[in-house]
This record gives sequence, structure tokens and C-alpha cells, in this order.
Amino acid sequence: MKNSGGIPFKGTEEQKQQLLKVINDLRDTSGCLMPIMQAAQDIYGYLPYEVQKIISDELGVPVEKVYGVATFYAQFNLNPKGENTVSVCLGTACYVKGSGLVLEEIEKQLGIGDGECTSDGKFSLDTCRCVGACGLAPVMLVNEDVYGKVTPDQVKGILDKYK
Amino acid sequence: MGDITLKINNVEVSAPEGSTILEAARLAQIEIPTLCFLKDINEIGACRMCVVEVKGARSLVTACVYPITEGMEVFTNTPKVVASRKKTLELLLSNHEKKCLSCIRSENCELQKLCKDYGIEDENKYDGERPQYELDTSAAHMVRDNNKCILCRRCVAACEKTQGIGVIGANERGFKTYIGSVFDFDLADTSCVSCGQCIAVCPTGALYEKDFTDDVFAAIADPDKYVVVQTAPAVRAGIAEEFGNPIGTNGEGKMIAALRRLGFDKVFDTNFSADLTIMEEANELLDRVKNNGVLPMITSCSPGWVKYCEHYYPELIDHLSTCKSPQQMFGAITKSYFAEKMGIDKEKIVMVSVMPCTAKKFEIGRDDQDANGVPDVDIALTTRELARMIKKAGIRFNDLPDEEYDHPLGDHSGAGVIFGATGGVMEAALRTAVETLTGEELKELDFTDVRGTAGIKEASYPVAGMNVKVAVASGLSNAKILLDKIKNGEADYQFIEIMGCPGGCVNGGGQPQVPGYVRNTVDVRAKRASVLYDLDKNAPIRKSHEVPEIKKLYEEFLGKPGSEKAHHLLHTSYVKREVNRLD
Repeated sequence: MKNSGGIPFKGTEEQKQQLLKVINDLRDTSGCLMPIMQAAQDIYGYLPYEVQKIISDELGVPVEKVYGVATFYAQFNLNPKGENTVSVCLGTACYVKGSGLVLEEIEKQLGIGDGECTSDGKFSLDTCRCVGACGLAPVMLVNEDVYGKVTPDQVKGILDKYK
Repeated sequence: MGDITLKINNVEVSAPEGSTILEAARLAQIEIPTLCFLKDINEIGACRMCVVEVKGARSLVTACVYPITEGMEVFTNTPKVVASRKKTLELLLSNHEKKCLSCIRSENCELQKLCKDYGIEDENKYDGERPQYELDTSAAHMVRDNNKCILCRRCVAACEKTQGIGVIGANERGFKTYIGSVFDFDLADTSCVSCGQCIAVCPTGALYEKDFTDDVFAAIADPDKYVVVQTAPAVRAGIAEEFGNPIGTNGEGKMIAALRRLGFDKVFDTNFSADLTIMEEANELLDRVKNNGVLPMITSCSPGWVKYCEHYYPELIDHLSTCKSPQQMFGAITKSYFAEKMGIDKEKIVMVSVMPCTAKKFEIGRDDQDANGVPDVDIALTTRELARMIKKAGIRFNDLPDEEYDHPLGDHSGAGVIFGATGGVMEAALRTAVETLTGEELKELDFTDVRGTAGIKEASYPVAGMNVKVAVASGLSNAKILLDKIKNGEADYQFIEIMGCPGGCVNGGGQPQVPGYVRNTVDVRAKRASVLYDLDKNAPIRKSHEVPEIKKLYEEFLGKPGSEKAHHLLHTSYVKREVNRLD
């Protein structure tokens, strides 16, 4: 089973109550599954099994159906965000300048793939499309910090700053 | 609603308002090809095989969901239509594992048939990247091979809509889409109940039962083994279809002959233990009624239903009859009574069952199903697997003489044979319970209120001053309706029969697969059930408690129904299960 990157679920009772309120407010509107899932992601930051199960039990829809929607749309995360969020631009300019190789190196260094989080919770990895800095291509971000003209051999040094 | 007149291929057709082009075309003797369409449960227009031209429409339309209108002109076979269908097939093949030579569905594959019909000469026309999926072999009863999946979603519809379970669905999107479970749980770790209705509707070889035919061939070839086979009531109503006979053909006599020619040492009938189940179950019911036991009592013959109850209504497991299913009772008696009588070591007996069911493969491995210290049943085959064995052994099924079951476990009543149809267990139990309660002979043996393929049936009968209220459900989404009533205290039934598959065992997940276009137009359940009701009507004995071999079994061995020995051998226990097992 693909659990959420091996990171234990740390939801609080308060978060659960928040989610239940959203579900109760929306349950009678048709097509309520998507807005409830969006709200759940706002509350928890991602949609682990435990959260999908709450939605499934409350709405009486199979949890596989919730999962099917969660994996269909790119907006939903199955893994939590790390303390540091790493993002690589795969927009056209960055890509032709080799951001694909930068991404590969980050995956190698962190041992995770796109959309995943390291098991110590330190780093999560995403890809994005254009951050508006094409002149600096290829671009990667760590939290709010932008790194331009990155080469694969620089990746380790950049990540080490956040360890 | 009135009729609408339209033209299909220039022929005038009238069809009821609200019909689709597909339905109207059938009235004009034209079958439009479909792959994803299943009436009522999967009307999604996804596979694009059923495209047709409609005069005035901008593009081709999908006949399975497109409603007819007055004066519409439809063309089902123009070059444009045929080219589109061909392209669809070529694209499906581009992502399909084409191991057709020995595929379990070869000659019975809906995709293969269409490729042949449409003359797809180059099956590798679009030879590109193809995802490789690992087989899911985790479950006791089946294999999922997504490499042969065409994403028609029929299995998803059967699981979610017919059975109300929904443990499988389409995950991811686009090229990455695949059928799987939540968070990629193995099927065995989900609350799949093993009913096999997904297999029954699969158009290709993506879903199939775990095949144990080689194990049976090996056991038969082993001189140290004594191989006994039992065949469930519904198998005789289905097996002949595998040899080209029409749906609703009784294959009992030829099946027995084939089993002998395969080399089984004894060929017995699960009808015998169906009658035995009635003896125990009727006794248990009367006991619960007299002694304020948990009511309503619910039948426990269907292992798919039992597993469903354990996962989804664990608070109701005390309502389940403690009786083992006929399959398991048969094994327990074979390895005790029969073994002693024949002087055969129970360890040497290999008990093979042939069932219309995939959940039976799960049932044989359950706890508390080994009354004699060895498994009650060793190998459970489906109807399809038996047909496969017969074909492999070169036995010409249709040319065989009709033969009869062996004894002493081959006798049965008409009540035993109707176990295979929804309402049959109820009717069989009523015949015995009513006579036991009143001490008088029943004048009318047909309890017609509980017959037929309706999803839920209710009836009440005045018996010895009591009003006995009963209900029958088949298909788990129907069962859910009754169970919610019990849970909410709204049910005043004494006895309920539940079968996991819609229509009961005749439509079980192990029966011959019926292609979508037949399934959508023929009442397969009723046709197969009629075989069983005919056998009952013509049976010399129609009540379980009057079967000589059953009487003898109690006299010589068990004592009376519900005795300590009967309890040890013929009853079992249940467990509460989670909806999905989290590691």
C-alpha cells in the first residue's frame, strides 16, 4: 500500500471537527465531493487515507471513489508538505535549459519523486510550470528562495543549506 | 409514453419514447457493437464502439446513450462509422497485452470478437509505449491483470452499483489510468467480498478466477488419493453453455458423465448437503423462535454475502445462521461419515467442489471450516474451470450419455436443487419448517411469492397459529436495504434469505460468462433458474426431510438435527472484519 510516504498521520480533533462541519454544511448539495475534498486539503494540507476515510464514511461513498477523484486532479496531494518545499520549474524555457536533469538530481538526492515527502518530513518535492523568471532558467525554489541557472552538480549544496 | 418513429439504415422503426438508438436498432434486428455498455449500471458512452451517424448531427454519436427523436435518420454501418470503430479497436490494441493464443478468454473475448468482425489485420498498428502492470494475485479467488484491461469500467459498475461495495475504481488519469483500489491496497486487504461479479462482466481476460484445474488433474493422477467431487445445484444450469448450448439448458446428466470420465472416484451432488442444510437450518430457526433467539435469522449459504455482513454489518453477525454452507457441510460429512463407511483414510480424500461461485475459493480457507482436523473442502472450482478441464481432456460433452450421481451422498429432493436460485433456500426451508411445526403434510409445495428474479421479495404465511414473515434478497445492494431495516429496528421478519449475487447462484461469479450484448437483452437469471424449478417440479421427492439418504445419515451418524455431533460438523462461526485493512 502506498501510504503517505511513511509519515504517520497527525490529524488533531480540532481539524476533524472543522472537516465534519464543512461536510455537514455541504452534504446536501449535489456535486459536494470536490469542494469537501478541497476544504479537507486546506485543513490538513493533504489528503491521507484517514482523511479520505472520514469523507467516505460521512458521505456514504466508497473510499475508492474519493481516491479516484484525488488521483485524477493534480490539485490534490496525497502526501504532506515537508518543512521545506522544493519546487522545480518544468516550464518550456526551464525545460529546454535542462531543468529535467536538475529534477532527476533532486529526486536522487532526496530519494523521493514528484509529489512526495521524505520520511523524516524535512523535504517535499513538487514540479511547477513557470515562476516568471525565464531569464534565470533553469529555476528551482526552496520555500521562498529562488535559485537560477541551476546545474545538477549544484543541487546537493543548495539542499544542504536546509538540512 | 408513446412511440417514436425513426429510420435506421433507411428502414422505418417505431420504438418507445426514451429509447436510445441502441435499443431502437435492436427492434430493427440490428446489433450495434458495444464494449463498455451495461444496461442500467454502466451507461457512460466511453468506449466509442457504438458510434453511428445521425443525419444532421455534427459528428458521430454514441448509440448506447443517445436518445431517439421523431423523424431521426440513423446509419449504423457507413464507411465513416466502420472506419471510426476500426480506429477505436486499433487504439485499444495499442495498449493491450495481446497474448491471445492461450488467454483464458480466447474465443470468448468481446474485444477479440470485434477485432475479428472488423478485420483488424495489423494488431500492432500503433505500437507505442505501454504501461506494465503487476498482476494482483493477493485475493484467494481471483487475479487482476491490468495489462489486458480496456478501462470499460464494467467491473467498477458491478462492484459499486450491483453490489453496493465499490472497492475498485479508476485511479489516476489519461494514459496512466488503471483500475485499482484505494491507495493501491491489494485486493485481499480491501473489503472485497469475493463475489466475482466483476469477473462475470469483464469483456476481456483482465479479470479471472484463480485456476486450480492443474491441482485437480494432479490429485486424480495420484494413486494415493481418493478424489471426491460435489457439484452445486446451479452448475448444472450453466455448464452446458460452455459447450455451445443455449442459456437455460440442463447439463446435469452429461456433467456427471464427464466427471466420471475425468477420473473422479466418486461423483456426488451438493444438492444432498443442501437438503442437509435445510434440516439444520429449519431446526435452528424453530429453536430461535421458541427460545427467543436472535431474529430475524439470515441464511449463511452464500460466502460472498457472509463476508459482506462481516465487513459492513458486523453488528448483525448474530443474525447469521450458524449453519455452514452446503459446500462445507458436504466436505465435513465426506471426511467423517463417508470415510468411516467406506473405510478410507480422511487424509487421503481430496474433496473437490464445483461451484457457480468464486467466493467458495475464499470460503474453503476460512477459520472453523475443518471439522475433522483436515480442511472440509480442498479445492473449489468454478463452473468455468470444470468446463476447461472437460475441454482439455478431450471429452465431447454434447455427445455424452446422461448419467446419475453416485451414492450414498447423491440423493436429494427438489428442495435441494432450487438452492441455486434466489428464494430457493427460503422455499426449501419453508417446506420443512411448516411441516415440522404443524405436523401435517403440506398441500401446496410451491411458495411462489418467494420465486422470481426481483431483487427483494417479501411474504408472510400463517403457520400453526403464527404469522411467519419472511424476506428474500439477492445482490448485495438489495441486501443492504433489508439490513438497514433490521439495524433501524424497522423489520419484523423471522427469516431472511440473502444471496450475494443478483438472481442467486445461477448468476454467480463463477458461471459461464455471457457477453454484454446478450446480458443486456436476455434474462439470463430467469432462464437458468427455470432449469432448477423444472427439476424440482419433476423430482420424486420435493422435501428435504423426506430424502432417504438424509434420514439414514441422521439415523446412522448424526442423531438428530442440532445434535452435538451435527453442531461440531455442520456449524461454524463468524468474525468481525474492517472495511479496509490498514497495516
